[in-house]
Amino acid sequence: MSITAPTEPTRAVDVVRKARRAPRRHHAYVVAVLAALLFGAFVARVLLGDYIITVPDFFRILGGAEIPGATFLLMSEKLPRAILGVLVGVAFGIAGAVFQSTLRNPLASPDIVGVSLGASASAVFAIVVLDLEGLALSVAAILGALAIAVAVRLVAGSDGSYRLVLVGVTAAAAMTAVVHYLFTRANEFDALLVLRWLTGALNGVTWPTIWILLGFLVVLIPALAWISRSAQALQLGPDVATGLGVSRRRTDLLLLLAVLLTALGVAAAGPVAFVAFVAGPISRALNGGRTTLVGAALVGAIVMVAGDYIADYAVPGVSFPVGVVTGAFGAPFLLWLLTRARR
Amino acid sequence: MRLAAESVSLGYGADPVVDQVSLEIPDGLTTVIVGANGCGKSTLLRGMARLLKPISGQVVLDGKAVHKQPTKTVAKTLGLMPQSPIAPEGITVVDLVGRGRQPHRGALQRWSAEDDAAVAEALELTDTLGLADRVVDELSGGQRQRVWVAMALAQQTDLLLLDEPTTFLDVAHQIDLLDLLHGLRETRGTTVVMVLHDLNLAARYADHLIAMSGGKIAATGRPADVVTAARVEEVFGLEAQIIHDPVSGTPLVVPIGRHHRPSAHPHAQGA
Ligand SMILES: Nc1ncnc2c1ncn2[C@@H]1O[C@H](COP(=O)(O)OP(=O)(O)OP(=O)(O)O)[C@@H](O)[C@H]1O
Ligand SMILES: [Mg+2]
Repeated sequence: MSITAPTEPTRAVDVVRKARRAPRRHHAYVVAVLAALLFGAFVARVLLGDYIITVPDFFRILGGAEIPGATFLLMSEKLPRAILGVLVGVAFGIAGAVFQSTLRNPLASPDIVGVSLGASASAVFAIVVLDLEGLALSVAAILGALAIAVAVRLVAGSDGSYRLVLVGVTAAAAMTAVVHYLFTRANEFDALLVLRWLTGALNGVTWPTIWILLGFLVVLIPALAWISRSAQALQLGPDVATGLGVSRRRTDLLLLLAVLLTALGVAAAGPVAFVAFVAGPISRALNGGRTTLVGAALVGAIVMVAGDYIADYAVPGVSFPVGVVTGAFGAPFLLWLLTRARR
Repeated sequence: MRLAAESVSLGYGADPVVDQVSLEIPDGLTTVIVGANGCGKSTLLRGMARLLKPISGQVVLDGKAVHKQPTKTVAKTLGLMPQSPIAPEGITVVDLVGRGRQPHRGALQRWSAEDDAAVAEALELTDTLGLADRVVDELSGGQRQRVWVAMALAQQTDLLLLDEPTTFLDVAHQIDLLDLLHGLRETRGTTVVMVLHDLNLAARYADHLIAMSGGKIAATGRPADVVTAARVEEVFGLEAQIIHDPVSGTPLVVPIGRHHRPSAHPHAQGA
């Protein structure tokens, strides 16, 4: 601004530069550690288990070699499952962090306020009643998630995320009932299918599902990152944000994109419990209390992939869906957060 | 004058809290709004800063209704510090103050040296440079307040609206902050509008005083004209003597509590 004596302002500017650098450096370190953890979980998920695939074999199979047993296991089970885990974890992690930070309430994540189960109910309806699959299923899930999100928002009103959580939890319960009801109407009752659409699972995933999800994420995530950068001011509350020239409508746009991410994740893997809910708070705790999308995405992916590994091999001979494991870990976390919020 | 209200009514439900208020904010001067708790000061300030849509009437900034202008354009001209802002968890002082630079940055533009300089200047002015790398949640109320003022300063606007900027400050920092705002008027020609509760400081620092009562304007003008015993009684329901401030020459309000009335004072009886 104004020109003053050269020594004083330079010093102040240096203080500012240094203070700005410190949290960014810490974040880079956290991201590096999380990326290493994710890599470890991914490798374990792909290579280890009841049948161990060696690293040379892994690359030989990727190169097109046919190794009896191993090729089939890797290409149609282990690898797609791990990749889907990463993609769905990233989608849920980002969606959760966006919900929690723009609504400024750690309880207001899409899996708690009914968005995930809205997508699930709609997808089940599409399968059981309309006989849809593939891309059409994603579209159905998106429509269901949007419908629930809009309904919850309308009933709860725009002010106060507390009401939104209450209304959302009620909506989630109602959607669970809808899924149950639809399955009683399905002609071939498949227990595993119920688990997939109520708890979420990664098994039996096909490559087209992965490509569809990847295609959507490649478009949605950069858009969301771009908007959230200019919408950072929204974390300061609506008054300060407006004062800084960021309209409240940005909140809705961000939430809309987060709803889409949630719906796509659900369409691919079902409403895997608590992944969106825990990703934000865990990454925030690691990052000195600051929410970042990259951190939440990585934690979401780690929880999914590691959770799926545990679900598959923890109990010998029994393979649980991943949602059972994330649910078991997430529920105590929810209780802990609730008791902390009361203080 | 760049900012004015034209018979504006503001409220949160059907009943207006601010009722058909018209006022003009003189350019380059300091305007202070005073009034009892709940009389609508914050509501009026929020209305002028386009945070509340008027029920009727309009707020005009640079000749156009403020609600009809792009909000980002307004943010380059008009800065705001609300009464009780909340900082996001874990944010550091530099990052919070840096958010004030948002209106000056395009969507694709990166943080610049100019932004660094603006933040540094704001921190120096508010005496918070030493707190630069601290987390805002872990500051004292007064330190936090100064950081929020710094954020508003980093926005570098011609008009600055502040709702009770001195609330959490000790006496010395209250005077520091008011001196700082007064200095902005001199150096940058900033138009300052603020809500203050301390009538004596209001009278001392205001060029233009607005007294509000029950959602309407009770009086406006120079402090010497507005602050009278009758007005203080009318607006605050407080009996007071007005004397001459020996330092600034402005009116000084000396409240008369129930226990200091002549009738309650046995020794004063004979006088
Ligand atoms: N968000 C809101 N929703 C509903 N009513 C509100 C809201 N904010 C303020 N009010 C009401 O509007 C009236 C004026 O409030 P306002 O905050 O403008 O008062 P104020 O003069 O700033 O008071 P104070 O000195 O206590 O800050 C009060 O009766 C208050 O209850
Ligand atoms: Mg107020």
